[in-house]
Amino acid sequence: MDKKIEFAVAVIGAGPAGLAAAAGAAGAGAKSVVVIDRDNRAGGILNQCIHDGFGLHRYNESLSGPEYAEREKQVLLNYETAGKITILSETFVQDLIPESYGFPLAVMSTGSFRIIRAATVILAMGCRERTAGAISLPGTRPAGILTAGTAQRLMNIQNINVGRRAVIIGSGDIGLIMARRLTLEGAEVAAVTDIQPYPGGLDRNVRQCLHDFNIPLLLSTGVVKVHGNKRVEGITVAQLDSKNRLNLQTSTYIPCDTILLSVGLIPEHELARSAGAALDPATQGPVVDQHLMTTVPGLFACGNVLQVHDLVDFVSEEAEYAGACAAEMALNQFRSTGRVIQSGNTILPIKVGSNLRYVLPHTISKPGRVTLSMRVTAPEINFRVCVARLEKSDNRILLTKTFTRVSPSEMLRFAFNCDTVEPLEVYGESF
Amino acid sequence: MKIYDAVIVGAGVIGCAAARTLAQTNLSILVIEKEPDTGFGISSKNSGVVHSGIHYTPGTNRAVCNVRGNQMMEDLCSELCVPFKRTGKITVAFTEEQTQSLTKLLEQGKANGVPGIRLIDREKMEKLQPGIVGTTAIYTPSTGIVSPYELTIALAESAYANGVEFKFNHTVRSIDIPDRQKKYFLLHTETNTFSAKVIINAAGLGSADIARMAGIDEYTLYPCRGEYYVLDKRLKEALNLLIYPVPGAHDSGLGIHLTNTVDGNILIGPSNEYIIDDEDTATTIDIMETLREEGHHLLPSLSSTDFIRSFAGIRPKLAPPEEGGFRDFVIESRRDVRGFINLIGIESPGLTASPAIAEQVKELVGQLLPLRDRKDFIQGRPVIHNTPFLKKRFSDCSHDEKKTLISQNPDYGSIVCRCEEITLAEIKTAAARTIGPVTFAGIKYRTRAMMGRCQGGFCLQRLTEILRESFGITVDTQTLKGPGTELFTGPLRPSSCPLGKES
Ligand SMILES: Cc1cc2nc3c(=O)[nH]c(=O)nc-3n(C[C@H](O)[C@H](O)[C@H](O)COP(=O)(O)OP(=O)(O)OC[C@H]3O[C@@H](n4cnc5c(N)ncnc54)[C@H](O)[C@@H]3O)c2cc1C
Ligand SMILES: Cc1cc2nc3c(=O)[nH]c(=O)nc-3n(C[C@H](O)[C@H](O)[C@H](O)COP(=O)(O)OP(=O)(O)OC[C@H]3O[C@@H](n4cnc5c(N)ncnc54)[C@H](O)[C@@H]3O)c2cc1C
Repeated sequence: MDKKIEFAVAVIGAGPAGLAAAAGAAGAGAKSVVVIDRDNRAGGILNQCIHDGFGLHRYNESLSGPEYAEREKQVLLNYETAGKITILSETFVQDLIPESYGFPLAVMSTGSFRIIRAATVILAMGCRERTAGAISLPGTRPAGILTAGTAQRLMNIQNINVGRRAVIIGSGDIGLIMARRLTLEGAEVAAVTDIQPYPGGLDRNVRQCLHDFNIPLLLSTGVVKVHGNKRVEGITVAQLDSKNRLNLQTSTYIPCDTILLSVGLIPEHELARSAGAALDPATQGPVVDQHLMTTVPGLFACGNVLQVHDLVDFVSEEAEYAGACAAEMALNQFRSTGRVIQSGNTILPIKVGSNLRYVLPHTISKPGRVTLSMRVTAPEINFRVCVARLEKSDNRILLTKTFTRVSPSEMLRFAFNCDTVEPLEVYGESF
Repeated sequence: MKIYDAVIVGAGVIGCAAARTLAQTNLSILVIEKEPDTGFGISSKNSGVVHSGIHYTPGTNRAVCNVRGNQMMEDLCSELCVPFKRTGKITVAFTEEQTQSLTKLLEQGKANGVPGIRLIDREKMEKLQPGIVGTTAIYTPSTGIVSPYELTIALAESAYANGVEFKFNHTVRSIDIPDRQKKYFLLHTETNTFSAKVIINAAGLGSADIARMAGIDEYTLYPCRGEYYVLDKRLKEALNLLIYPVPGAHDSGLGIHLTNTVDGNILIGPSNEYIIDDEDTATTIDIMETLREEGHHLLPSLSSTDFIRSFAGIRPKLAPPEEGGFRDFVIESRRDVRGFINLIGIESPGLTASPAIAEQVKELVGQLLPLRDRKDFIQGRPVIHNTPFLKKRFSDCSHDEKKTLISQNPDYGSIVCRCEEITLAEIKTAAARTIGPVTFAGIKYRTRAMMGRCQGGFCLQRLTEILRESFGITVDTQTLKGPGTELFTGPLRPSSCPLGKES
């Protein structure tokens, strides 16, 4: 097989992450970038998000998903005409097995199967939804149970109506958005439930999608049973007690013909895993250093495949950076040595301290500007995040960021000028 | 009205096996099934184990048909291109009492003619399955696994290609038995009446009711539910062969265990719970919790994201709850209602026994009607509706084989189900080959689309398009598993441009 390297950078996925990563790579000087997406249209999940609220940070206006995607595609146009970026749509990346000499990607589309070789690869495959099976939804398994994102795509892209009276399990953002969407289409949303004592989605979505439409939000509530053998007939829910057990005395039957699930997103990590990249059990995405490179040299990750984002603006920012880093590696190291290797620097871990569920990046290899992103374990008010030397000493704290309110639904993200190469710890505390 | 030589009630694995075996003769045959497809009853909701035959009393139908079925299964599956694997099984003793039961099981297995059965020690156990707990065990190398729904579908296809007729979405509601005025049975469904010289009652959970319709009221079935978890394929390598505990004397099942499936998933289950409603395939919070705990205990590397689905199957038990254990399969030709053949209480190991039960049915029919073997019987997995069977799954192919397939049929290049790597070519073939109406569950059982870790999150929307565009099934008539299970309420609003396409 021909071992010629066709592309400096291959980007898998043409959602906002993939688009920005390609722009970032071309902007950093990469002359041959390929973006591959299995869908017939670039934009990823944004294409089905016809509500607004995208781009408040990046474009200072509230855009709909497709509008935001359109802006990002515009950025690529010049590079495309200059022949620096190629977009392959309706093309599936089947597998990715790193070799000492670049990455062969097996790609297929209708009528074609071929191997593409690239010096570096950026994973931007987004995420998938957790399913009824994954949460062990008890009861029967009739028609009428869908994940909220699938329902969103069916309604917004395929013009298909999914039901008349729905209960939404889980108060993640997609569930909240779909509660409003169904209501606007004339369906009744009987309730949105969550097992947590606080909503899983952004505050603004709780207000704009539930409160404004008088849709009840039942917190600390679990599912006892789904009813119906053919189509969903109803659902029994009950409150959770202090030990997180269902209190069956509080069981309530809610008649409905549709159940939507918005119970979490999981990074689409299969290709990362098959390429041999280490995964973080907390994010389910790959482990990365400050350049967003995974533990496989030359393989980068950004967007929802790395960590599930709530704001697309941060996705774009993160992806541009990953693109630039991948281009840099392809242009310098790969061009001179013909291969990509782990940097010679010692890789120092960042420890996830108290009150945080995860912190990205996982490691730091050299001093410089590092963007940290993280999520807290529970909602808090008057909270601070400290970046500190791991070693206990009097002046170990390097940076403190304070927040009036934090919640697991909102990613915290800030830059940090790292002028030391010592192991670090990032932790949170209320004050 | 056409008079069929034989009408089979029920298109589960038993009815389909009987249909295929009888299709080798001159008889005209009809299968009536209340669901829209084959195998939607218990035949798709079990462990898929081809048992060796150690568990049943020598000489009973259960023991005889089990051992014989096990012998026949490998050739049958290879002829019909059904996934089958002889994995072997270890039945482990943990307590002193269980060790004693092991010796009994060994004797019983030998008496039943189970090939290769032997006691093994700790060392050999460890060799077969590193890390296994327990001290002694019985090893039965003949135990295997099979895809239960594929087997049912393949048997039905073979029968169909050889002239057997199928009526789906028809529930048998009443039966008139022959008398002085009429020589034949009449079977009434909601909308039709069919007449038959012989009736074969293979109605699974409904078989006692069907018997009652013919005036035979000595059978009662007690539904007993078994819940399962399906685990992610990531754990494929974790289990080399089947591992079962030694069942207690009054257990209604064989105990909660881990079973590999031919597709590389692992099942945890089944539980045992007598229930009232024989259609209540719900899973329950308490049992799922027990299964999860048991799973973590048996497979320490299990993580919470590995549980991809749960389901339940219902055993049609003749033994009432207070009796427990197992009663023998009823395989009989009635003297009082001549021409009426009962297959009742076919719970485990019914899947394994199906080809052997079919042989017995053929013998019983032969005592009622003159049988001649056909010379033009089509062997193997036949062409259905002008569509040949795809022997090898795309996902099992090497890069070079994939390339060749795609160059022969471009639809192979288009992935529909990303988790299981199912292509458009495979979906279209499955839909075209379906004997009855096309449903999502039917496509699922034929291709594995929607069976992976995302459970249809990705492919449901694509399948909708394919069924609409290539098979003309409108969105409001697309069902999960037949009438009443419509997936969508219809188009959201009238549209001037085709769905999903930009104008
Ligand atoms: C329903 C919903 C509502 C949201 N609402 C808001 C909001 O109001 N405001 C806001 O700022 N943010 C919002 N977000 C968040 C933000 O839009 C997402 O985080 C962002 O779109 C993620 O971008 P991505 O590129 O990582 O993933 P995606 O957009 O999912 O793109 C991934 C792409 O990769 C492709 N792909 C995957 N695997 C392969 C493969 N093997 N081969 C080829 N292609 C592949 C997919 O087809 C897809 O196009 C929302 C997210 C969702 C899901
Ligand atoms: C939990 C569990 C685990 C098992 N594990 C194993 C195993 O590992 N190995 C093994 O060998 N066996 C196993 N079995 C047993 C095996 O699954 C069954 O013996 C076998 O599937 C029975 O097939 P059947 O055709 O009789 O039933 P079914 O598949 O249920 O077929 C009967 C059909 O009759 C139809 N029907 C019913 N009433 C009517 C009517 N009035 N009119 C028209 N149609 C009607 C039904 O819709 C159904 O499709 C297990 C069973 C269970 C429940």
